[in-house]
Amino acid sequence: MTTDVDTPVIAKSTAEDEPTGASRSERLSALAQQHGALVTLIVAMIAASLSFDTFLTGDNLENMALSSAFLAVVALGMTFVIVTGGIDLSVGSLFALGGVLAAWGSRYGTAVALLLPLAVCGAIGLLNGLLIARSRLAPFIVTLASMLGARGILLSVTDEGSKTYLVDKDSFFAKLGQNTLLGVGVPVWITLALFVLGAVVLRRTRFGQYVYAVGGNEDAAALMGAPVARTKISVYTLSGLCAGFAGALNAAWLVSGVTILGSGMELEAISAVVIGGTLLTGGFGFISGSLVGVLLLKVIQNVINQIGSLDSAYQQVVSGAFLAVVVIAQTWLGRRRRVL
Amino acid sequence: MTDLTLGRMTADRDRLLHLLQEYGVYLGVVVLFLVNTVFTPHFLSTENFRTQAVQVAPVLIVALGMALAIGSEGVDLAVGSVMALSTSLLSLYLGYGPWAAILIALVGGAVIGVANGSLIAFVGVQPIVATLALMVAGRGLALVLLPQLKDVHDPAMASLGSGDVLGVPYLVLIAAALALLVAFVVRRTTFGRQLLAIGDSRPAARLAGLPVRRVLILVYVCSGVLAAVAGVLATARLTASDPTSLGNLMELSAITAVVVGGTPLSGGRVRIGGTVAGAVLIQLLTTTLIKHDLPPSWTQIAQAVVIVLAVYAARERGKR
Repeated sequence: MTTDVDTPVIAKSTAEDEPTGASRSERLSALAQQHGALVTLIVAMIAASLSFDTFLTGDNLENMALSSAFLAVVALGMTFVIVTGGIDLSVGSLFALGGVLAAWGSRYGTAVALLLPLAVCGAIGLLNGLLIARSRLAPFIVTLASMLGARGILLSVTDEGSKTYLVDKDSFFAKLGQNTLLGVGVPVWITLALFVLGAVVLRRTRFGQYVYAVGGNEDAAALMGAPVARTKISVYTLSGLCAGFAGALNAAWLVSGVTILGSGMELEAISAVVIGGTLLTGGFGFISGSLVGVLLLKVIQNVINQIGSLDSAYQQVVSGAFLAVVVIAQTWLGRRRRVL
Repeated sequence: MTDLTLGRMTADRDRLLHLLQEYGVYLGVVVLFLVNTVFTPHFLSTENFRTQAVQVAPVLIVALGMALAIGSEGVDLAVGSVMALSTSLLSLYLGYGPWAAILIALVGGAVIGVANGSLIAFVGVQPIVATLALMVAGRGLALVLLPQLKDVHDPAMASLGSGDVLGVPYLVLIAAALALLVAFVVRRTTFGRQLLAIGDSRPAARLAGLPVRRVLILVYVCSGVLAAVAGVLATARLTASDPTSLGNLMELSAITAVVVGGTPLSGGRVRIGGTVAGAVLIQLLTTTLIKHDLPPSWTQIAQAVVIVLAVYAARERGKR
């Protein structure tokens, strides 16, 4: 709503005067928003492979794909939340909690290893959703609280972080994380499958339409008959499930539940979604964009790692600056679209 | 029962609820204080009060800036990174003398504040995202400047960190003075009134001709400088610069103190007294749990519950 007020009145009248030029410009903005990240990713990959012989190697690509996979699953859930105009800061904690629960549960079989994190993280997501949708509390503060709370539960489960649960290397659960299919790690396949599923749900189902409607204009969505509260509760539950599942997958890959994982992951996930063209104001976004956003983040990190002389601190500076640039560009493009 | 008595009873209940929401944080502080007095050994000692107060001072100073940001319907996630940046700058420029180094550290906080404020005021980025970007970049910058922990050997810094006046530590005096200053700014200055008007309704403030952009930038500069002050004081107390961990999760503690203190997240209102009490409440809560041998993880869970309860209460107030 604020952006509407920011809009200069003059721009609005010009837009009405020249409908053809306006629509072309609008289309260009939309294209830039939708495909900007993909173009940047391709350029970055070409530049990286020209600059470093070590970039386009099987090992390096496989490592990037795997480390992207876990973040991508988290970003998938986050995309739904952000399209409704919300935000979920608890995903990093839920990722770590899911991993530890999965590693602990793996001794009782793969089913427990997968279902336990889904149940617990899904329940915390549900609680987030209930507080946000039914009690109308700010998403930012509710998920901030559950970020703290989930981290507390995690520390409690692991004797203040001192205990590490290992996964039996020969179990089916460990194979789920470590095996490859057609030379590509199983977690990568699972992630791709989830993204196809997520894209279909957001684009082709009634629930997906509700998600866009709630994010576009909540009051209008309610008047139109969309179940606003139920949609919101669903997206936070979904986000919790995704984070917990990603954590479990990560534990299978590492064959242990690592307590300290996931801090700062919420920021990475939000960055990826935003870079992928989804508007933080809600109502507009793509599932595929989030995948591209994750890959772009990982390529940048990889390039910085390849430049041996730069330490990882630069990674943060570049990531932060990049996020700022993307958000500025996106706000600008979004404003153009809204003006016209 | 007639409608009239029923109505009066509802009104009484509403007023009670309202009072509880308004002064609940103070009540919480008193209750926790009494509980600790009775159940915690050595709680009522000067030494303990001193320790508690010194621990709460940096959190409170950061929370003061956060209160301004939240009052303008924003939030500042970069405060923890600003603390790290200020400690790095301090160590880096200590060769020019402590006061020059402190000044440079504060300027660093102000620069981050200008960047935050510009993104929010000129570009129209939501505060949470703008400050998120600076949070990531700021911590990185701090680590680029000073890659690892470094001891601070400086007599002036040491006395700043552990000195006192009549038994009251400098840290506590500075925090108290800053709290009074910020309370004065909010209540008595044009800037304070403009800030609240903007937090109440930015479109209305703009239509009324307020310098929205200038005020917003100033808000984030204040928050940045206050976080830098907290960083300097924390460095002085620890006699070391640790950009890796200094200020970690500080944004959460500060937001909690502000929200628990009754400043609504929807902006338009700032309660400095409540913020002070909120910071003290969290400190007492932590102490209570730790002194009774409950694991630190419980503190996090308790803090989470307190945040939700406080926001829930604020929601009722907002609806009225």
